[in-house]
Amino acid sequence: MKIEFVVGLAILLLTSCESVQPWERGTLARPEMQLSRDQLGDALYDQVYYSKEASSGGAGAAGAGCGCN
Amino acid sequence: MIKPMLGIFNLAITALILLPPVASAVSVGNEAPAFTLPLLDEPEKMVSLASSNAKVRYLDFWASWCAPCRLSLPAIIKLQNELGSDQFEVIAVNVDENPKDALRFLKRYAPKHNVLTDPKGKVAAQYELPGMPTSFIIDGNGKVVYRHLGFKEKDIDIIRQHVVTLLEASADEN
Repeated sequence: MKIEFVVGLAILLLTSCESVQPWERGTLARPEMQLSRDQLGDALYDQVYYSKEASSGGAGAAGAGCGCN
Repeated sequence: MIKPMLGIFNLAITALILLPPVASAVSVGNEAPAFTLPLLDEPEKMVSLASSNAKVRYLDFWASWCAPCRLSLPAIIKLQNELGSDQFEVIAVNVDENPKDALRFLKRYAPKHNVLTDPKGKVAAQYELPGMPTSFIIDGNGKVVYRHLGFKEKDIDIIRQHVVTLLEASADEN
Protein backbone atom coordinates (compact mmCIF):
# COMPACT_ATOMS: atom_id res chain seq x y z
CA MET A 1 0.00 0.00 0.00
CA LYS A 2 2.84 2.29 0.96
CA ILE A 3 4.77 1.68 -2.26
CA GLU A 4 1.60 2.31 -4.29
CA PHE A 5 1.17 5.63 -2.55
CA VAL A 6 4.80 6.68 -3.16
CA VAL A 7 4.76 5.61 -6.81
CA GLY A 8 1.34 7.20 -7.32
CA LEU A 9 2.54 10.46 -5.77
CA ALA A 10 5.70 10.42 -7.92
CA ILE A 11 3.66 9.83 -11.09
CA LEU A 12 1.20 12.58 -10.20
CA LEU A 13 4.06 15.00 -9.53
CA LEU A 14 5.64 14.08 -12.86
CA THR A 15 2.42 14.92 -14.70
CA SER A 16 2.87 18.51 -13.54
CA CYS A 17 6.25 18.76 -15.33
CA GLU A 18 6.09 20.84 -18.46
CA SER A 19 8.80 21.55 -20.97
CA VAL A 20 9.56 25.13 -21.97
CA GLN A 21 8.30 25.69 -25.48
CA PRO A 22 10.55 27.35 -28.10
CA TRP A 23 8.49 30.56 -28.05
CA GLU A 24 8.70 30.77 -24.23
CA ARG A 25 12.49 31.00 -24.01
CA GLY A 26 12.74 34.78 -23.77
CA THR A 27 13.57 34.73 -20.06
CA LEU A 28 16.05 31.87 -20.48
CA ALA A 29 17.81 33.84 -23.22
CA ARG A 30 18.56 36.77 -20.89
CA PRO A 31 22.27 37.32 -20.08
CA GLU A 32 21.67 36.81 -16.34
CA MET A 33 20.28 33.34 -17.08
CA GLN A 34 23.47 32.16 -18.77
CA LEU A 35 25.88 29.85 -16.97
CA SER A 36 28.76 32.13 -17.84
CA ARG A 37 28.98 35.90 -18.10
CA ASP A 38 31.97 35.88 -20.42
CA GLN A 39 31.25 33.71 -23.46
CA LEU A 40 34.23 35.05 -25.43
CA GLY A 41 36.55 34.28 -22.52
CA ASP A 42 35.10 30.78 -22.27
CA ALA A 43 35.70 30.19 -25.96
CA LEU A 44 39.32 31.28 -25.57
CA TYR A 45 39.75 29.04 -22.52
CA ASP A 46 38.24 26.08 -24.42
CA GLN A 47 40.54 26.73 -27.37
CA VAL A 48 43.61 26.62 -25.13
CA TYR A 49 42.32 23.64 -23.16
CA TYR A 50 41.47 21.59 -26.26
CA SER A 51 44.83 22.29 -27.88
CA LYS A 52 46.70 21.28 -24.70
CA GLU A 53 44.61 18.14 -24.23
CA ALA A 54 44.48 17.28 -27.94
CA SER A 55 40.77 16.68 -27.58
CA SER A 56 37.59 18.65 -27.87
CA GLY A 57 34.03 18.68 -26.63
CA GLY A 58 32.47 17.62 -23.39
CA ALA A 59 32.84 21.05 -21.85
CA GLY A 60 29.17 21.91 -21.62
CA ALA A 61 25.61 20.76 -21.87
CA ALA A 62 22.79 21.62 -24.22
CA GLY A 63 21.03 24.66 -22.87
CA ALA A 64 17.99 26.69 -23.67
CA GLY A 65 18.71 27.58 -27.24
CA CYS A 66 16.06 28.72 -29.63
CA GLY A 67 15.66 25.22 -31.04
CA CYS A 68 16.88 26.27 -34.44
CA ASN A 69 19.90 26.06 -36.74
CA MET B 1 2.64 -9.63 -5.36
CA ILE B 2 0.38 -9.28 -8.40
CA LYS B 3 -2.09 -7.00 -6.63
CA PRO B 4 0.35 -4.15 -5.86
CA MET B 5 1.74 -4.42 -9.38
CA LEU B 6 -1.78 -4.01 -10.77
CA GLY B 7 -2.24 -0.99 -8.53
CA ILE B 8 0.92 0.61 -9.87
CA PHE B 9 -0.13 -0.21 -13.43
CA ASN B 10 -3.53 1.44 -12.81
CA LEU B 11 -1.82 4.51 -11.43
CA ALA B 12 0.49 4.69 -14.46
CA ILE B 13 -2.50 4.50 -16.81
CA THR B 14 -4.26 7.25 -14.82
CA ALA B 15 -1.14 9.42 -15.05
CA LEU B 16 -0.98 8.91 -18.81
CA ILE B 17 -4.61 9.99 -19.10
CA LEU B 18 -3.88 13.07 -17.00
CA LEU B 19 -0.89 14.07 -19.14
CA PRO B 20 -1.67 16.93 -21.49
CA PRO B 21 -2.22 15.79 -25.07
CA VAL B 22 0.64 16.41 -27.46
CA ALA B 23 -0.60 18.67 -30.25
CA SER B 24 0.66 17.95 -33.74
CA ALA B 25 2.67 20.70 -35.39
CA VAL B 26 1.27 22.51 -38.40
CA SER B 27 3.19 21.21 -41.37
CA VAL B 28 3.12 21.18 -45.17
CA GLY B 29 -0.30 20.33 -46.60
CA ASN B 30 -2.17 21.39 -43.45
CA GLU B 31 -4.68 24.20 -43.36
CA ALA B 32 -3.05 27.22 -41.67
CA PRO B 33 -4.95 27.76 -38.41
CA ALA B 34 -6.92 31.01 -38.41
CA PHE B 35 -6.05 33.70 -35.87
CA THR B 36 -6.61 37.33 -35.04
CA LEU B 37 -3.95 39.32 -33.21
CA PRO B 38 -3.31 42.99 -32.40
CA LEU B 39 -0.70 45.01 -34.26
CA LEU B 40 2.50 45.45 -32.27
CA ASP B 41 2.66 49.23 -32.67
CA GLU B 42 -1.13 49.82 -32.62
CA PRO B 43 -2.58 47.27 -30.16
CA GLU B 44 -6.11 48.59 -30.65
CA LYS B 45 -6.06 47.37 -34.28
CA MET B 46 -6.70 43.67 -34.83
CA VAL B 47 -5.44 41.81 -37.89
CA SER B 48 -6.41 38.31 -38.92
CA LEU B 49 -4.74 35.85 -41.24
CA ALA B 50 -7.89 35.74 -43.35
CA SER B 51 -7.90 39.53 -43.84
CA SER B 52 -5.09 39.19 -46.38
CA ASN B 53 -6.07 38.73 -50.02
CA ALA B 54 -2.54 38.01 -51.19
CA LYS B 55 -1.92 34.91 -53.30
CA VAL B 56 1.07 34.02 -51.17
CA ARG B 57 1.43 34.79 -47.49
CA TYR B 58 4.62 34.48 -45.51
CA LEU B 59 3.87 33.96 -41.84
CA ASP B 60 6.95 34.59 -39.72
CA PHE B 61 7.17 33.87 -35.99
CA TRP B 62 10.03 35.76 -34.37
CA ALA B 63 11.30 37.21 -31.10
CA SER B 64 13.79 39.92 -30.17
CA TRP B 65 15.84 37.44 -28.11
CA CYS B 66 16.19 35.02 -31.02
CA ALA B 67 19.60 35.44 -32.68
CA PRO B 68 18.71 34.10 -36.18
CA CYS B 69 15.74 36.50 -36.27
CA ARG B 70 18.27 39.33 -36.60
CA LEU B 71 19.23 37.82 -39.93
CA SER B 72 15.77 36.81 -41.10
CA LEU B 73 13.98 40.10 -40.56
CA PRO B 74 16.13 42.26 -42.92
CA ALA B 75 16.18 39.44 -45.49
CA ILE B 76 12.39 39.20 -45.46
CA ILE B 77 12.02 42.99 -45.71
CA LYS B 78 14.31 42.88 -48.76
CA LEU B 79 12.29 40.05 -50.31
CA GLN B 80 9.03 41.92 -49.75
CA ASN B 81 10.51 45.02 -51.42
CA GLU B 82 11.74 42.89 -54.30
CA LEU B 83 8.47 41.03 -54.92
CA GLY B 84 6.05 43.83 -54.01
CA SER B 85 3.04 43.55 -51.76
CA ASP B 86 0.24 43.01 -54.32
CA GLN B 87 0.48 39.24 -54.46
CA PHE B 88 2.90 38.52 -51.67
CA GLU B 89 2.25 39.54 -48.09
CA VAL B 90 4.46 39.14 -45.06
CA ILE B 91 2.73 38.74 -41.71
CA ALA B 92 5.13 38.70 -38.78
CA VAL B 93 4.06 37.44 -35.37
CA ASN B 94 6.21 38.51 -32.46
CA VAL B 95 6.21 36.26 -29.40
CA ASP B 96 8.10 38.50 -26.95
CA GLU B 97 6.46 38.46 -23.53
CA ASN B 98 7.14 42.19 -23.32
CA PRO B 99 6.14 43.91 -26.60
CA LYS B 100 8.47 46.83 -25.71
CA ASP B 101 11.47 44.55 -26.38
CA ALA B 102 10.10 43.87 -29.86
CA LEU B 103 9.45 47.56 -30.56
CA ARG B 104 13.01 48.43 -29.54
CA PHE B 105 14.31 45.68 -31.84
CA LEU B 106 12.17 46.85 -34.79
CA LYS B 107 13.46 50.44 -34.62
CA ARG B 108 16.56 49.27 -36.46
CA TYR B 109 14.65 47.69 -39.35
CA ALA B 110 11.38 49.63 -39.76
CA PRO B 111 9.47 46.91 -41.62
CA LYS B 112 6.58 47.88 -43.86
CA HIS B 113 4.67 44.65 -43.28
CA ASN B 114 2.22 43.97 -40.45
CA VAL B 115 3.91 42.91 -37.24
CA LEU B 116 1.45 41.35 -34.81
CA THR B 117 2.00 40.62 -31.16
CA ASP B 118 1.35 37.31 -29.42
CA PRO B 119 2.85 37.82 -25.92
CA LYS B 120 1.07 34.84 -24.40
CA GLY B 121 2.15 32.59 -27.28
CA LYS B 122 -1.40 31.43 -28.03
CA VAL B 123 -0.97 31.44 -31.80
CA ALA B 124 2.57 30.04 -31.45
CA ALA B 125 1.07 27.14 -29.49
CA GLN B 126 -1.67 26.76 -32.10
CA TYR B 127 1.04 26.34 -34.75
CA GLU B 128 3.17 24.18 -32.39
CA LEU B 129 6.40 25.87 -33.43
CA PRO B 130 9.34 23.46 -33.34
CA GLY B 131 11.85 26.31 -32.82
CA MET B 132 12.46 30.00 -33.28
CA PRO B 133 12.19 31.46 -35.84
CA THR B 134 9.69 29.36 -37.75
CA SER B 135 8.00 30.60 -40.88
CA PHE B 136 5.21 29.28 -43.07
CA ILE B 137 4.45 29.95 -46.71
CA ILE B 138 0.68 29.85 -47.14
CA ASP B 139 -1.05 29.73 -50.52
CA GLY B 140 -4.24 31.53 -51.58
CA ASN B 141 -6.38 28.63 -50.34
CA GLY B 142 -4.93 28.90 -46.84
CA LYS B 143 -2.79 25.78 -47.09
CA VAL B 144 0.74 25.56 -45.77
CA VAL B 145 3.04 24.99 -48.74
CA TYR B 146 6.38 25.26 -46.97
CA ARG B 147 7.62 25.45 -43.40
CA HIS B 148 11.04 26.81 -42.53
CA LEU B 149 12.80 26.34 -39.21
CA GLY B 150 15.67 28.55 -38.10
CA PHE B 151 17.43 30.98 -40.40
CA LYS B 152 20.82 31.28 -42.06
CA GLU B 153 21.74 33.91 -44.63
CA LYS B 154 21.47 31.50 -47.55
CA ASP B 155 17.98 30.35 -46.49
CA ILE B 156 16.38 33.38 -48.11
CA ASP B 157 17.16 31.84 -51.53
CA ILE B 158 15.12 28.72 -50.69
CA ILE B 159 12.28 30.89 -49.38
CA ARG B 160 12.39 33.13 -52.47
CA GLN B 161 12.29 30.06 -54.71
CA HIS B 162 9.17 28.73 -52.98
CA VAL B 163 7.43 32.09 -53.06
CA VAL B 164 8.24 32.75 -56.71
CA THR B 165 7.13 29.23 -57.75
CA LEU B 166 3.85 29.71 -55.93
CA LEU B 167 3.33 33.19 -57.42
CA GLU B 168 3.97 31.81 -60.91
CA ALA B 169 1.57 28.91 -60.33
CA SER B 170 -1.17 31.27 -59.14
CA ALA B 171 -0.53 33.55 -62.16
CA ASP B 172 -0.93 30.55 -64.50
CA GLU B 173 -4.26 29.67 -62.88
CA ASN B 174 -5.68 33.11 -63.65
